[in-house]
Amino acid sequence: MTSVSEVPDKRMTPDEVVARLRSGMTIGIGGWGSRRKPMALIRALLRSDVDDLTVVSYGGPDVGLLCAAGKVRKVVSGFVSLDSIPLEPHYRAARQAGSVEVAEWDEGMLLLGLMAAAWRVPFLPTRAGLGSDVLTLMDDLRTVTSPYPGPDGSAPEELVAVPALELDAALLHQNRADRAGNAQFLGPDPYMDEWYAMAAAETFVSCERIVDTADLAASGTFHTQRISRMHVTGVVEAPNGAHFTECPPDYDRDEAFQKAYATAASDPEAWAAFSARFLELDSEAAYQEAVAAWRAEQQEGAK
Amino acid sequence: MSEPTRADICVVAVAETFRGDGEILCNPIGTTPMLGGRLARATFEPALVMTDGYATFTASNLAPGVDPYRSDGDRPVGVDAVVETWNPYPQMFTVLWNGKRHVMMGATQVDRYGNQNIACIGEWRQPRAQLLGFRGAPGNTINHTTSYWVPNHSPKVLVEQVSVVTGVGYDRAAELGPVASRFHEIRRVVTNLAVLDFETPDHRMRLRSVHPGVTVDEVVEATGFELVVPDDVPESRPPTPEELEIIAALDPSGLRLREVAG
Repeated sequence: MTSVSEVPDKRMTPDEVVARLRSGMTIGIGGWGSRRKPMALIRALLRSDVDDLTVVSYGGPDVGLLCAAGKVRKVVSGFVSLDSIPLEPHYRAARQAGSVEVAEWDEGMLLLGLMAAAWRVPFLPTRAGLGSDVLTLMDDLRTVTSPYPGPDGSAPEELVAVPALELDAALLHQNRADRAGNAQFLGPDPYMDEWYAMAAAETFVSCERIVDTADLAASGTFHTQRISRMHVTGVVEAPNGAHFTECPPDYDRDEAFQKAYATAASDPEAWAAFSARFLELDSEAAYQEAVAAWRAEQQEGAK
Repeated sequence: MSEPTRADICVVAVAETFRGDGEILCNPIGTTPMLGGRLARATFEPALVMTDGYATFTASNLAPGVDPYRSDGDRPVGVDAVVETWNPYPQMFTVLWNGKRHVMMGATQVDRYGNQNIACIGEWRQPRAQLLGFRGAPGNTINHTTSYWVPNHSPKVLVEQVSVVTGVGYDRAAELGPVASRFHEIRRVVTNLAVLDFETPDHRMRLRSVHPGVTVDEVVEATGFELVVPDDVPESRPPTPEELEIIAALDPSGLRLREVAG
């Protein structure tokens, strides 16, 4: 029988992950909008005194919550949205108050920036951005002239040089992982998570369930095993850890809770109450209990 | 057969936007655009490739707003649709940079050269109203054909000057020169009142047709800049009886009527 090597054990708690983060860092956050966001890790970050962050994200409530908590110096994003609610309320408020520096890139440019960092090149060229105000308004974007002739003997083309988005740390949420950090997505879309993992000096993956490496095959084909442990520093078992964002097939978005979040976000008093009930807690377990109690109340009220 | 509604006229006008596109990704965003794309594929553009709005290209004519995904515990997520190709977001960017795509986006503001704004209203550094951001508009407009859907034709949408250029219009494309802009095309702006195009010598927006029941003066009045108005402005064509049946089947709950009244 073929022998099997034992994999390293990199299991951590959310608070142990956050203990490795420092104020002033550039942090990439996986997922997309209100989809498979590493919310348990974000909630742990909210409990910490880490701030002055540059956040790179296809943003959703991760960006909104960090902005609302005053932890963000700069947001680099392709958008910040809750999907079923098009505008993230805290991000919108921060923008309209001018309280946070932002780089709003074309969505595809963000992928190129992560790829450039992953491949350790200073930039990647693209046509995306030419002629638009992405180039005139974002201070961090430059163009580059091709060293090759243009088509049909024309002058060399000028293209946008998307700078590498080098990350100090990446926070991701996946459906399954083993104790070494080999991670598996089971939903319709991997998003850019594997690129964040390679663009970052340290990557932390939370997941719905940690299983033995051999058992990853029980949940999906090997095509779903996209992130290698060599790009992962720590792995966290966080059931329901993407709540209230979606994490299919494990669970859908908690639309009722997201709506409550967005409603509370539009009013300072309501937000203080929401924050006290769901965020100013001492652990992820306490959050999950508070959500369960809220859901029971909603069901009771619906009767 | 009942009379076509304004919404049905709009669906047909959107479908016409994709005429001649052949075997490319027809990627309309929103209820009426999605119905128009599906109608084009069901009738005169059968080779069009279309998405489920999420992560696949699907041969299924999903109704607008239908999420075909189902979760069943430990297995990877399933799809209640005929999947032609898996096309998650990382792959979608490759598709659009490759160029075989015609997208129809919304526009909070659009000007006479087809510059689109969906980012914000007011000064970008501290906007009066934050909107969607740039999303994929810069990359879309410089890489492949783009059209716009405006369900509320008014001087607040069709404006003299957009707050921020997210999608590149013809004047900006001309400044870039013929090489950099060789994949740029803004084909149509379909609104609840009319169809507009840029088929003029300097690519200024032109009134292509008015929907039945709408006058040229109404469209001019509802536009915040000077439109190119030909001497003879035809009416947008009504749906055929067959098309009306297809539209009704594609949108059984009548979502299109919530987007366009009348």
